[in-house]
Amino acid sequence: MDTIKLTIDGIETEVSKGTTVLEAARGLDINIPSLCYMKGINHSSSCRVCVVEVGPRLIASCTLKAEEGMKIQTNTKKVRDARRTTVELLLSDHDRECLSCSRSGGCELQTVASGLNVRTVSFTGEKSHHEKDLSSPSIRRDSAKCIKCGRCIGACGTMQTVHAIGFNHRGFDTTVGPAFDRALGESTCVNCGQCIMACPVGALTEIENISDVWNALADPSKYVVVQPAPAVRVALGEEFGMPVGTRVTGKMAAALRKLGFDKVFDTNFGADLTIMEEGTELLYRLNSGENLPLMTSCCPGWVKFVEHNFPNQLNNLSTCKSPHEMEGAMIKSYFAQKMGLDPKNIVVVSIMPCTAKKYEGGREELSHEGLQDVDLVLTTRELAAMIKEAGIDFVNLKGEAFDNPMGESSGAGAIFGATGGVAEAALRTVFELTAGKELDTIEYTAVRGLEGIKENVIELPNGKKIRTAVVHGLGNARKLMEAIESGEKSYEFIEVMACPGGCIAGGGQPIIDAQTSEKINIKAERAKAIYSEDESLAIRKSHKNKSIQQLYAEFLGEPNGHVAHELLHTHYVIRSKF
Amino acid sequence: MKLLTDLEAIKTLTEAKLSNRQITGVEAGAVGYRSVMVCGGTGCTSSDSNKIIAALNKEVANHGIEDKVEVVRTGCFGLCELGPVVIVYPEGVFYSRVEVKDIPDLVEGHLLNNKPLERLVYEKTKADGKINNFEDTDFFRKQNRIALRNCGVIDPEVIDEYISRDGYKALGKVLMTMSRQQVIDTVKKSGLRGRGGGGFTTGMKWQFAADQDKHQKYMICNADEGDPGAFMDRSILEGDPHSVIEAMTIAGYAIGADQGFVYVRAEYPIAVQRLMKAIKQAREYGLLGDNILGTGFKFDIDVRLGAGAFVCGEETALMNSIEGKRGMPNPKPPFPAVEGLWGQPSVINNVETFANISPIILKGADWYSSIGTEKSKGTKVFALGGKVVNTGLVEVPMGITLREVIFEIGGGIPNGKKFKAIQTGGPSGGCLTEEHLDCTIDYDTLTSLGSMMGSGGMIVMDEDTCMVDVARFYLDFTRDESCGKCTPCRVGTKRLLEMLDKITEGKGTIQDLDDMERLSNTIKNASLCALGQTAPNPVLSTLKYFREEYMAHIVDKKCPSGVCKSLISYTIDPELCRGCSLCARKCPSDAISGKVKEPYVIDTVACIKCGVCFDVCKFNAVAIV
Repeated sequence: MDTIKLTIDGIETEVSKGTTVLEAARGLDINIPSLCYMKGINHSSSCRVCVVEVGPRLIASCTLKAEEGMKIQTNTKKVRDARRTTVELLLSDHDRECLSCSRSGGCELQTVASGLNVRTVSFTGEKSHHEKDLSSPSIRRDSAKCIKCGRCIGACGTMQTVHAIGFNHRGFDTTVGPAFDRALGESTCVNCGQCIMACPVGALTEIENISDVWNALADPSKYVVVQPAPAVRVALGEEFGMPVGTRVTGKMAAALRKLGFDKVFDTNFGADLTIMEEGTELLYRLNSGENLPLMTSCCPGWVKFVEHNFPNQLNNLSTCKSPHEMEGAMIKSYFAQKMGLDPKNIVVVSIMPCTAKKYEGGREELSHEGLQDVDLVLTTRELAAMIKEAGIDFVNLKGEAFDNPMGESSGAGAIFGATGGVAEAALRTVFELTAGKELDTIEYTAVRGLEGIKENVIELPNGKKIRTAVVHGLGNARKLMEAIESGEKSYEFIEVMACPGGCIAGGGQPIIDAQTSEKINIKAERAKAIYSEDESLAIRKSHKNKSIQQLYAEFLGEPNGHVAHELLHTHYVIRSKF
Repeated sequence: MKLLTDLEAIKTLTEAKLSNRQITGVEAGAVGYRSVMVCGGTGCTSSDSNKIIAALNKEVANHGIEDKVEVVRTGCFGLCELGPVVIVYPEGVFYSRVEVKDIPDLVEGHLLNNKPLERLVYEKTKADGKINNFEDTDFFRKQNRIALRNCGVIDPEVIDEYISRDGYKALGKVLMTMSRQQVIDTVKKSGLRGRGGGGFTTGMKWQFAADQDKHQKYMICNADEGDPGAFMDRSILEGDPHSVIEAMTIAGYAIGADQGFVYVRAEYPIAVQRLMKAIKQAREYGLLGDNILGTGFKFDIDVRLGAGAFVCGEETALMNSIEGKRGMPNPKPPFPAVEGLWGQPSVINNVETFANISPIILKGADWYSSIGTEKSKGTKVFALGGKVVNTGLVEVPMGITLREVIFEIGGGIPNGKKFKAIQTGGPSGGCLTEEHLDCTIDYDTLTSLGSMMGSGGMIVMDEDTCMVDVARFYLDFTRDESCGKCTPCRVGTKRLLEMLDKITEGKGTIQDLDDMERLSNTIKNASLCALGQTAPNPVLSTLKYFREEYMAHIVDKKCPSGVCKSLISYTIDPELCRGCSLCARKCPSDAISGKVKEPYVIDTVACIKCGVCFDVCKFNAVAIV
């Protein structure tokens, strides 16, 4: 490989061709501040905070490729003055209500400003037009805090190919939002929340439901049941300073109980139930040849993406509700019956690594007799905030178990949180159902890993071959869908997760700043934790889950049977492409 | 498809017709055939030159002299101040401010009876009862029209007329006799630098792109002229569109591009229409297309209309706009010559730059480089505006002094006022003062003085101009035109403007001057593109050369030029006031009261400082204090 020698602050260094000056400097542990730069997502060099001196000029180091013999200075008066004045300018048009901002402490602008010793903002004047957009059930936009770095646009457009937001207007009046200043809730936004993960400040956050949950918990007439998703337990610890990839399943269950929930169930149970339904559906479709490929429907961002962009393929989506919706439906029917509770008085709260789940929770199709299957959805971040607010010493909590019956789960349910997890869980069940006997194979590692599109041909014990594709990130999903539409590719089974990496890196997870995410492979660390969770469980196949078996025996009858169809399956709608 | 021999035949045929359009000094009375040239540039068109042409044609037909007169709609003559302009050959009589109602007199007097219509003849051409050649006037004499060589001379909508003026001959020479490298070497040797603002050596730009080993390359013409007051590119496209098409084709050959784009603003409808027509004609003649002049060389041009954003004149923003994206700049490097339009090597040259190419090819690099200064070769077109007698378009050799341009060509300052400053380079340039009048005009001198060549706007200011207000005016423009991508330009220009507003309102402090300087330097050093990098120039140059005016606003709370409304008030001098009551009757806010034949008084609280009283008083009794 070609290498390049350059000098940064008098230190000679050798880097591979194509390396930027910013990367080269950080490689030498020289800290150059940056705001708009986010590797792979935004290379606009627009914030101008990372300027360095090259000859007589100041150039943004984030997009400046290293050249042979280059002499760079990162710490001159000219550089410091320009950086500080630029940050002052940003602050002069920024809502500086930092004390009450949800990003306070994790705000990159705050870090950069304090790092540059900005002690006063010399510039005052008119603030640019701003508004709070609360139209989306998932994502809150507060343009008064927006610094127009464009990272969200890169995440939404370049990475996810959703293109729900872009720059509107010009110059000082520039805003970020949907085209024609439409509200986010009326746009093609799929609520994945990757914009929130990209936002360096508090301009994009989730719509908070913390007080709704506190109110429900305080209401004696309500029976409040909680269920956390598989990916929450491998990230929640980060909010309390624990290393990335720490499993906190037991502490999480204990904390939830301390918060006052009447039952602490587990969405992993719902995941096992999904496998029963979706596995059966796959076998049915393989036999009938109808609506193939079967596309997973666990991810509400993906589902809405298909509804907007690929209406001709709506019938390919599995009719299965997503795991927490299935579980919500069972809580308000089977569990309510068992406990003699009026479903009207039950509040189902889901803890999700996801912002789209907030939107999903409100979908009309996901209700029964006027009651939503799930009433409230909190993100991992919101749960952490509640735990902190309650004064719980999370790190030192003793682990506890989930409540039964919907707290029991298999390793198959656990791996739903990582890309390839649903496919692998389905294979564990489908293989045994077609073989008609117990098999030794548990792990189907071909579908694991962080490659964007993973294709496999899998031969079932009955000799039938299924072509599968496992995709994460909507940009990859669009590529795949277009290849299917053009006839270039065909499959029998497709798993799609809207967020790159799957739910472990969902839009509701702890936010990692741009610099840290370059140093640590967050997705890989959290995925490792997910698979170790799987290995730690005694039962690793959904159909072996005793509580699932009991549920079918006592209430549902057969998978895909009449009751299941009524309560566990749904349908989709065509939405505008614009 | 036409071959070179066909072009020569066309040339011979059309030359006879064009030979009429030269001043032969023929005495009135002895003329057989006349060419009546009517300016069809945007300026004269907006003052109804189309109706004048229609009236001329009608009147000529009425008198049955169609075989003795041709009426030609041309490009701009340059003296826009005097429009609509009509020139009658072969005598070369220059008529100014012609109106439709004058046409019958003009046709009957001049065309039928050989008596030029005295009342419309340009004053400067009249002397001792004689009408002189307009080319000998101060305005034209010092000019050297290379880029504007055909403007006002040919009908831009007739390709044959362009061909008769050696049009497409350079293309023929290039394709038949020169290698790609020879073309680039010639342009390099000529010393031609980009006329759009940056002043980068054109030949080098071509070389960089030519050196790229890529199959697809693009040649782009930047016709997104955005400097307020500058209109040379528009004039060239309106008056001589084929010169740009020919040069783009030559450049395409030199760098190995087969596709060109002209990016022109939609608010130049005449230029767009003539360019489109010219492209169509060039295609019909096989001067664009798959087999140009039978040589097998392939090149074509498409037109892309811009929506008028100033930033789209910046080359990377322009390319984004052509690609259908938001017009915002990208960081450089990579430069367009390496990674340009759709990621392919691309060269972007400005209209005026292209207009110089064919003469360089035909007359040689040495001829071109003999004009101008050591580092700035050739001529430059300037749009002269503001407080100067002859506003219009002039093409002068590089190295001419500001004094020559303002006082000789421009005719000096009107109404006996004193010269105060000149802004060169449009909103990106700076203000120069009296002490710079004898400085030469070239890229490096202007830059060293804190201004720039830019695209060639020149705004002259007299003693009534407030320099703080001027800085504020330009900042308002760049703030308005900032695309909003980078922080220093997006927020910085806004904050800088707010500080200037404060000062013009009398609310400024000394600290503001320091903050303005610091902020200006950050905008200049840290902005992403040239728009931001040059935006503070008007502030920095006025701070440098007119600091005392800033101080007067801040410390004395006075605007010495009487421009800044918050700092002035109007009073009536009772000694001079005759009590005619005119001011009181005109005052829109009823702020003036008094008795007829006694001195009137202005109520300064009710006064809105519109200045109407000042303008209408016949006795100079209204004063600004």
